Amino acid sequence: MTTHATSHPPTLETGHVPARETGHVPARTISYSRTTATATRVLRQLAHDPRTIALMLLVPCVMLILLRYVFDGSPRTFDSIGASLLGIFPLITMFLVTSIATLRERTSGTLERLLALPLGKADLIAGYALAFGALAVVQSALATGLALWFLDLDVMGSPWLLLVVALLDALLGTALGLFVSAFAASEFQAVQFMPAVIFPQLLLCGLFTPRPDMHPVLEAISNVLPMSYAVDGMNEVLHHTEMTAGFVRDALIVAACALLVLALGAATLRRRTS
Amino acid sequence: MMNNSPSPPHPPDPPHPPDPPDAADPPDPPAAVDPPDAPDPSAAADPPDTANPPTATPTATPTATPAVRARDLTVVRGSRTVLRSLDFTVPRGRITGLLGPSGCGKSTLMRAIVGTQAKVTGTLDILGHPAGTARLRSCIGYVTQAPSVYDDLTVRQNLDYFAEILDPGRGRTATARRAANVTRAIDDVALTTHADALAGNLSGGQRSRVSLAVALLGTPDLLVLDEPTVGLDPVLRRDLWHLFHRIAADRGATLLVSSHVMDEAERCHHLLLMRGGRLLADDTPDALRARTGAETVEAAFLRLVDEATAADTPGRETARGGSS
Repeated sequence: MTTHATSHPPTLETGHVPARETGHVPARTISYSRTTATATRVLRQLAHDPRTIALMLLVPCVMLILLRYVFDGSPRTFDSIGASLLGIFPLITMFLVTSIATLRERTSGTLERLLALPLGKADLIAGYALAFGALAVVQSALATGLALWFLDLDVMGSPWLLLVVALLDALLGTALGLFVSAFAASEFQAVQFMPAVIFPQLLLCGLFTPRPDMHPVLEAISNVLPMSYAVDGMNEVLHHTEMTAGFVRDALIVAACALLVLALGAATLRRRTS
Repeated sequence: MMNNSPSPPHPPDPPHPPDPPDAADPPDPPAAVDPPDAPDPSAAADPPDTANPPTATPTATPTATPAVRARDLTVVRGSRTVLRSLDFTVPRGRITGLLGPSGCGKSTLMRAIVGTQAKVTGTLDILGHPAGTARLRSCIGYVTQAPSVYDDLTVRQNLDYFAEILDPGRGRTATARRAANVTRAIDDVALTTHADALAGNLSGGQRSRVSLAVALLGTPDLLVLDEPTVGLDPVLRRDLWHLFHRIAADRGATLLVSSHVMDEAERCHHLLLMRGGRLLADDTPDALRARTGAETVEAAFLRLVDEATAADTPGRETARGGSS
């Protein structure tokens, strides 16, 4: 390798040892090439699993259709719940996919192998975030398009803002999944973390009843749960034609939570384990 | 053993005895794993002790530092001391076998060397740098015992990814270099016909060869292989050992290969025998046989185990190889 002085004169090589005289990128900073390589790899893995892709993309759409006709008599309710769900679906899907994917990475030994290579933890995490973020964009675009144009979801604001919140939610889901996978020893446990981490947020995020109507203690708890702001952000888009200050605040909070949890997740990737 | 002769910087470690002529089997040109584009005249012709590759140019390389130097190396896992105060060196450009029964600490020692093991105390220098140093990550190829590859990628996709992590340049030359490297690695482990098969659909032995191929990417200076031949048929095992000898001879790379199959010991230039977290011997196979008066390394190992069991007192010093 080029880092070490033992590279031999290329003339004496037997021809199949490539001369690797390029300087190599240190693993400390984030490397564009290694990040995109990781994202490509994650997407290629998914490409070999078309059923998972189909489930990820179709289930939210089917749920929205179901919901539309559950609230056939009260379109107002569908507007409110539908918009919230557009933010919640990507979060849940990405949480599940990421927690299982990184758990596999931990248990299969590939994580240990990667961390013994010149790969920065940030490269790995950014690669996952990039891959699942791309998938979330497709998922959200499908669900949002379906809801707005076929299910008559009545949104005052721009559909692009819905997509922005959905993407941030997906990142939050990826971050939570990555973090939680560190505490799961098996896929059974990883799946059980979904009710543990996601359901409380689902109950308290204002989907079922406005947060100010909850018991003050629960309202206080909901104030520190990131999903509450995801739903608030969606509701801002639902009720306002312009991008409001409230929307910006909610989006920033969700993004900040995602980054914070990603950093926590990075801390759970240990190069040395016992 | 000219590669190792300038090792006196460590006074407690007397120079190793010269390698006997046929320490390991002479690597004939192997059929299955020999890449057609690599005639390897040096490897085919030279017996291992002179296999010190002409390419290694000992004067130009800092071979004075051994590939691995451990002093008082101790590893604790949980409440258990897995490795107890190990002292040894692994010479450069040679194949060192790490042998011992299952659970004796081989894998832990390998993890310590590649820098993935926590709670390592004592001195452990790899290629002249403390184990786990970031710059070592591109100089060490590591194959874990269980194949660590992505089952839901094809063989080539697996290697493409790891190649890009090792050699991340963009642009046409980098891409071409990586592609050549990947093709060579697949060829090295004789999986060319399976290059586009999903790793998860391969047999156990094939998957472990994919894992090995990943470590062969990017010409590492030190290859740490944890039981690379487990579960392989005899032909494949022989071919892989030929490959290991070629890598050591052609590239001057150091190989540390663990095994609990004692007949593989005969194929190594140098041996570390372990038992219960301690070193029983640190020697060449011939010296080991000579010292114990045994016919095979296996018999020598059993003799050493019996001696150690007989002398088993808590404060016993680690048995040192023929040097003592």
